[in-house]
Amino acid sequence: MEHDQRFGTQRSVTLPGPLALDGGQILTPVTIGYETYGTLNGDASNAILICHALTGDQHVASLHPVTGKPGWWTRMVGEGKPIDPARHFIVCANVLGSCMGSSGPATAAADGQPYAMRFPVITIRDMVRAQAMLLDHLGVRVLTTVGGSMGGMQVLEWAATYPERVRSAVIVASAARHSAQNIAFHEVGRQAIMADPKWRGGDYYASNDPPADGLAVARMAAHITYLSEDGLTEKFGRKLQARESKGFGFDADFQVESYLRHQGLSFVDRFDANSYLYITRAMDYFDLAEEHGGLLANAFRGTKTRFCLVSFDTDWLYPTRESRSIVQALNAAGAAASFVELSSPFGHDAFLLDVPELFRVVDGFLKAGGL
Amino acid sequence: MNGQALLALRPDLRIIADHVAPGSRALDIGCGDGALMAALRDHAGVDARGIEIDAGNVASAVARGLSVVQGDADVDLAGYPSNAFDYAILSQTLQTTRAPDKVLDELLRIGGRAFVSFPNFAYWRVRASLLWGGRMPVTRTLPVAWYATPNIHHLTIDDFRAFLKARAIVTEGAWFLNGDRLTSEWAANFRAEHAVFLIRR
Repeated sequence: MEHDQRFGTQRSVTLPGPLALDGGQILTPVTIGYETYGTLNGDASNAILICHALTGDQHVASLHPVTGKPGWWTRMVGEGKPIDPARHFIVCANVLGSCMGSSGPATAAADGQPYAMRFPVITIRDMVRAQAMLLDHLGVRVLTTVGGSMGGMQVLEWAATYPERVRSAVIVASAARHSAQNIAFHEVGRQAIMADPKWRGGDYYASNDPPADGLAVARMAAHITYLSEDGLTEKFGRKLQARESKGFGFDADFQVESYLRHQGLSFVDRFDANSYLYITRAMDYFDLAEEHGGLLANAFRGTKTRFCLVSFDTDWLYPTRESRSIVQALNAAGAAASFVELSSPFGHDAFLLDVPELFRVVDGFLKAGGL
Repeated sequence: MNGQALLALRPDLRIIADHVAPGSRALDIGCGDGALMAALRDHAGVDARGIEIDAGNVASAVARGLSVVQGDADVDLAGYPSNAFDYAILSQTLQTTRAPDKVLDELLRIGGRAFVSFPNFAYWRVRASLLWGGRMPVTRTLPVAWYATPNIHHLTIDDFRAFLKARAIVTEGAWFLNGDRLTSEWAANFRAEHAVFLIRR
């Protein structure tokens, strides 16, 4: 396996396709950026697919090539961690529509020019279908899927679309549909991008001058939803930034302002504005019940998959009641389901942070499934 | 059933474990850290599911490979379809629910049979404590003072029998415990510290 070019970090594959999309269009070919860690065992039963969140990427446990920072889930993935390359064959792929090596608006279309807004609108299910193509390419038939936030939506979609392939599924801080409030926040972000004069209808790639201001504002608005009020108050309160008194102007007087500005600015270096439009749209369209006749339990009818769901008590973006309604549907379908609401002050972001109980639950759940 | 895990079980749980049919499906409501579920799974091949209110207990149960959902017997049973389980198990929890009658209805809807165990508030030590001491009892099975007890619907064995009779619920089995020893049915309402009933519609 060491000499197999399919495996390792910073990989990319272009599959001939075609990929039939929910929106009716066909994408061909399909390029997917991905990483693998660990070794696929003899009967190919130790595969774990990790699904990333909205602005995540495939660098789950390796240095990010742009930022130089460690992977985004090194607390969960690594030696001695619940997901361990010593035991597991770990795959993490950049989602369809994103900008870290998978086909998306920044990729060249057949005419050699970037797709930009000509890229077809995609869904969470389209992302999952593309991942399934990648796993076929890697020789993985049966797998465990793990993901938080939008990653959790992909895990749910995997279990519903490929029930015979998913042995176990871990869904953290997620939901089976996007609420009106979720859609509303995303719309603010999209409007910020499209209102930026540098957006130019999405055709900004040649200029080397992307709509960074709009994207930064979108990120700032979204970032607030990832935190909790208590967490923000504890971290910043009304403290002023590098000054003794209010400036009576519109500089970043408050620490929370300069924190958000920093979050927005550092984001534009690593993310494409059009990808942000497409992926938030995919999330907004997501409604697993609607895809299954309006009844969520129908999505899991007859499933053999083991499920584990975790929510956080301060997460108001994907609150506990969203996880509970999934659990109720799983119970109604007779599925083997576990669920726990964990306590954390960090809001939605808790799934990326140091919450020992989360790791304990995931570790126990995976080991009990023979992983 | 046999094995060390069974011997380590609380006496009422051991009775339940001994009477759940191998290979059946059981829902343990208020399953704690999953001790009974693990014993049922490991020694009788029971497909056991659990509900537990305490997050720490849920994490422990999930970590031992059990399917446990954090939830509350008073509200979360409604989400389970009818006849989804062969047994619904409610051990030492009935007296802590807000609406015990509705919880029992749900148990018998979800499971074909239900095990219910509860402390007997007509046990002679409890009576003696009130009669002679004039104080709310604090005993081995009721170890918490009046202001901190989770028990909000105190009941006796005779209360439970009357409840079953009034609703035409069938008793398939009844076990009466004093400490970890079974006592006879004779004067159980006076002599037993707690009781285990196996009931069905």
